[in-house]
Amino acid sequence: MPLFDKKDKSRYTTFTRRSLGMGGAMTLVFGVLAGRLYQLQIRDGDQYMTEAEDNRINERLLAPPRGRIFDRFGVEMANNRRNYRVLLVAEQATDGVEEALDTIGKVIALTDAQKKRVLATLAQNKKFVPVPVAENLSWEEFSRINMHLPYLPGVQPDVGETRDYPFNDELVHILGYVAAVSPEDKKNDHDPLLDIPGYRIGKRGIERQYDSVLRGTGGASRVEVNAYGRVIRELGHEAGVPGQDIWLTIDREVQQFVAQRLGNESAACIVTDVATGDIIAMASTPGYDPNLFNVGISPDQWRGLTEDDHKPLLNKVMDGVYPPGSTFKPVVALAAVEAGLATPEYRVSCNGSTTLGNHTFHCWKKGGHGTLDLEGGLKNSCDVFFYETARRLGIDKIQEVALKIGMGAPTGIELPGEKSGFIPSRAWKQKRYGVAWQQGDTMSCGIGQGYVTTTPLQMALEVSRIASGRNISPRLVHMVGGEPTRREAAAPLDLLPESLARVREGMNQVANVPGGTAYAFRIQEPGFEMAGKTGTAQVRAYSAEEHLHGVTKNAALDWKLRDHGLFIAFAPVAQPKYACACIVEHGSDGHPQVLMARDILLFTQKRDPLGMPAAYPIKAASLPGSPVR
Amino acid sequence: MISRPYAAAKRTLGIADKLMDVNWGLVLLITIIAAGGIAMLYSVAGGQFHPWALSQLSKFLVGLVILVVAASIDVRVWMSLAYPAYGVALLLLIAVDVAGHVGLGAQRWIMLGPIELQPSELMKISLVLALARFLHGKSVEDVSKPLNLAIGLVMIGIPALFVVIEPNLGTTLIILADGCSLLFLAGLSWYWITPALAAVATAVPLAWRFVLHDYQKARVMTFLNPESDALGAGWNITQAKIAIGSGGLSGKGFLNGTQSRLNFLPEKQTDFIFTNIGEEFGFVGSVALLILFAVVIFYGIQIATGARSQFSRLLAMGITLNFFFYIMINGLMVMGLIPVVGIPMPLLSYGGTAMLTVMFGFGLLMSVHVHRQVEIPRHSGGII
Repeated sequence: MPLFDKKDKSRYTTFTRRSLGMGGAMTLVFGVLAGRLYQLQIRDGDQYMTEAEDNRINERLLAPPRGRIFDRFGVEMANNRRNYRVLLVAEQATDGVEEALDTIGKVIALTDAQKKRVLATLAQNKKFVPVPVAENLSWEEFSRINMHLPYLPGVQPDVGETRDYPFNDELVHILGYVAAVSPEDKKNDHDPLLDIPGYRIGKRGIERQYDSVLRGTGGASRVEVNAYGRVIRELGHEAGVPGQDIWLTIDREVQQFVAQRLGNESAACIVTDVATGDIIAMASTPGYDPNLFNVGISPDQWRGLTEDDHKPLLNKVMDGVYPPGSTFKPVVALAAVEAGLATPEYRVSCNGSTTLGNHTFHCWKKGGHGTLDLEGGLKNSCDVFFYETARRLGIDKIQEVALKIGMGAPTGIELPGEKSGFIPSRAWKQKRYGVAWQQGDTMSCGIGQGYVTTTPLQMALEVSRIASGRNISPRLVHMVGGEPTRREAAAPLDLLPESLARVREGMNQVANVPGGTAYAFRIQEPGFEMAGKTGTAQVRAYSAEEHLHGVTKNAALDWKLRDHGLFIAFAPVAQPKYACACIVEHGSDGHPQVLMARDILLFTQKRDPLGMPAAYPIKAASLPGSPVR
Repeated sequence: MISRPYAAAKRTLGIADKLMDVNWGLVLLITIIAAGGIAMLYSVAGGQFHPWALSQLSKFLVGLVILVVAASIDVRVWMSLAYPAYGVALLLLIAVDVAGHVGLGAQRWIMLGPIELQPSELMKISLVLALARFLHGKSVEDVSKPLNLAIGLVMIGIPALFVVIEPNLGTTLIILADGCSLLFLAGLSWYWITPALAAVATAVPLAWRFVLHDYQKARVMTFLNPESDALGAGWNITQAKIAIGSGGLSGKGFLNGTQSRLNFLPEKQTDFIFTNIGEEFGFVGSVALLILFAVVIFYGIQIATGARSQFSRLLAMGITLNFFFYIMINGLMVMGLIPVVGIPMPLLSYGGTAMLTVMFGFGLLMSVHVHRQVEIPRHSGGII
């Protein structure tokens, strides 16, 4: 029986030939695999080694504690408190992040908006980066999360730090607030701290201006992590530098009084030390709670703030620009004495109006004030007196003194976004409107209307400089990180002592001589008397009808159409120490701004913060950075 | 012809003879590779026998027993069992599609009591057996006859169809490759092969359009540009390349691989086990492993060409090629040369079915070797 017949023979040779051929092909494939290994391990090995290390080693930033902000006596106005929060690591959430959020929502309250925000943040970060889900939890909520932890994969309870403003809205326009980092912030600031999910930076006020000082420098911990971001061990540690503390010139007690005294009016008020320009209190009302922005403001709350016609977000002290009205008259008076126009014998006669060409300029008092000297012009706030004086002086001299007194340019206060106000000049008008400066323009400026605008802060600077005769500028920050901000004693103003003395006397008469515009609101306690200057800023043009029959009373007008009430004052009259500028937007009749300033100046003098020793500098607490994962 | 082929055998062997005749060199080689795999499982578990290394060791030992038992069973018995095995495997395959357990998004397992069975793995071996059986009696001319070719292709096509709808693209490819290789080795004419290759070349774009599942397409797309989705589907490929590449020339050392230990590699204990070898033992270790594999394949070819019956030759070569295709597809996959398909590395990857079927395959190979002198008449149907 032929087992290896011919056919089988040919099959065998075919099989063997083809098997060996396939063996060759298989060898080729092994060659390809080996070649690929060469490529990966020998040629590109270094690069992959680096990538493996990048995978393995995580530079975890340690956020340093933010510097605190104190008042001049060491009261903490911005500090850090424990922040119980819940973090979520996407990769560890085995059932998916949405499921995880739903489960968390069963343990603590989570709104849909919060969930949406968390999902968006998760999408922006790598899967192993913990993202805050809820912050500022109560101890009870935090314990509940910890208790349910076994059923919450990917959830990490964490104790971080968060900014706290214990006095809420009282200081918001000075301190500003911290809030979450926006993409725009990252464009200009490449500090790696900003990449920490949940990190907060200063957005307004001192928090923003001194952000780099308060922020400190991030520490770093080099840790080995697994693919889920879980730390296996620490490889190295680099301590950060805590943020430096800041001491302000503010006296929190006075600040509180001011804020309460302004109440719900749309108002601004500044109290200064006339000798140094240090700001003792500075409030703009209504304010808002800075903690809202730190915790996260709801759309409703935000709409409430932006749509309020009292403009709570606006710091009216330096961002509000107003015509100074009659509070500008002391500047014109100074210019008049400087120019040699207003000699002691200088008189202007007021019969209720004055004319220029065919235009009539009315005095606020129908029937006029009669013949007045400079002090009398100030005391009565006579419009005709200042129309006439300004006309004779010309705009150039008024402009020169206004600039010397601190108007028309930012005061340089240590806050972001200060407005400069405006003092017009001939050249400006020619350039701006292509029309020559008119005498009528000068006359309008003479009573603080027309093109002149100032901020309440500039008005405070004006009255402080008049009161002290020194070329002071405002200051808010007293010490940074225990080091006093050095400042040279202010030089005397480039004005004649005589002009300052006569203007001060005029302002004294305003408050302390019967018939003065603020006499009814004077401080009666001996030794505490104030000098001042009232003002009204029109927000609408008076009609010819009103000029004939008297201006419509404010009370009869819509709130938005009422005049702004302004007042600048210093006290005590004999030895000026404190100055105050106060504005009430669309204030009602009865001069609320004068009453406020009077009460505030009296309170300040009685408390006398300048007579008390300022706080001994406390060294910035050198706490270790809290790890932020 | 003779209806009792067993009687026609040139000689019969006692069990002791058979054990003496087992190619113990090859068994040693297999054991070395498997031991390396167990060491790797120990490493990826962070230096612990639990949960994979110990379990894999026991599976290997069971596999070793299966190998020796299969080797000592007469190759003609296997020949007789070829068609029944094919039938059973096909039934199980259909069962898995009907009542299968959904794992990893694909229907691949069936529970037989406590045993989780992957019928597609069984099918690979059964198909090799059945095709070898079918082609055993066919001369070179016979193979190229349309009817025979059609039968052969149907035998390949039916299981391929059931595996592809599971869906399990990797195993489908291996089944097709195994089957077509056997037709080729049996002497299929180039007049068939050349146009078939041309047809496949044109079919690929059509398959892309109509056959592939979305997840399969996504894998291909991710493969072509892994960085496009470095944290999602591209993660495996990117991390596998990093693991292998970071091993460099001599590797980071045993137990020092960071990629797998720190879980940057999903499936590190199964399909991606090779990356850990690359990472811990570098180019030297990886190439050494490839050489060991190549030697196993060399043994396989040697056994195949040394057998006296066409069934034995085709069976041995089919088993060898099956082993090779596993290595090729897994190797190309973990090195980022082809898209990710779920194919384990034989002898190394953790998993019971794969280990047992691979060892059973080697058992059949060894049976061919032990019974290499056995001649089987062309028209024999086996022993039973």
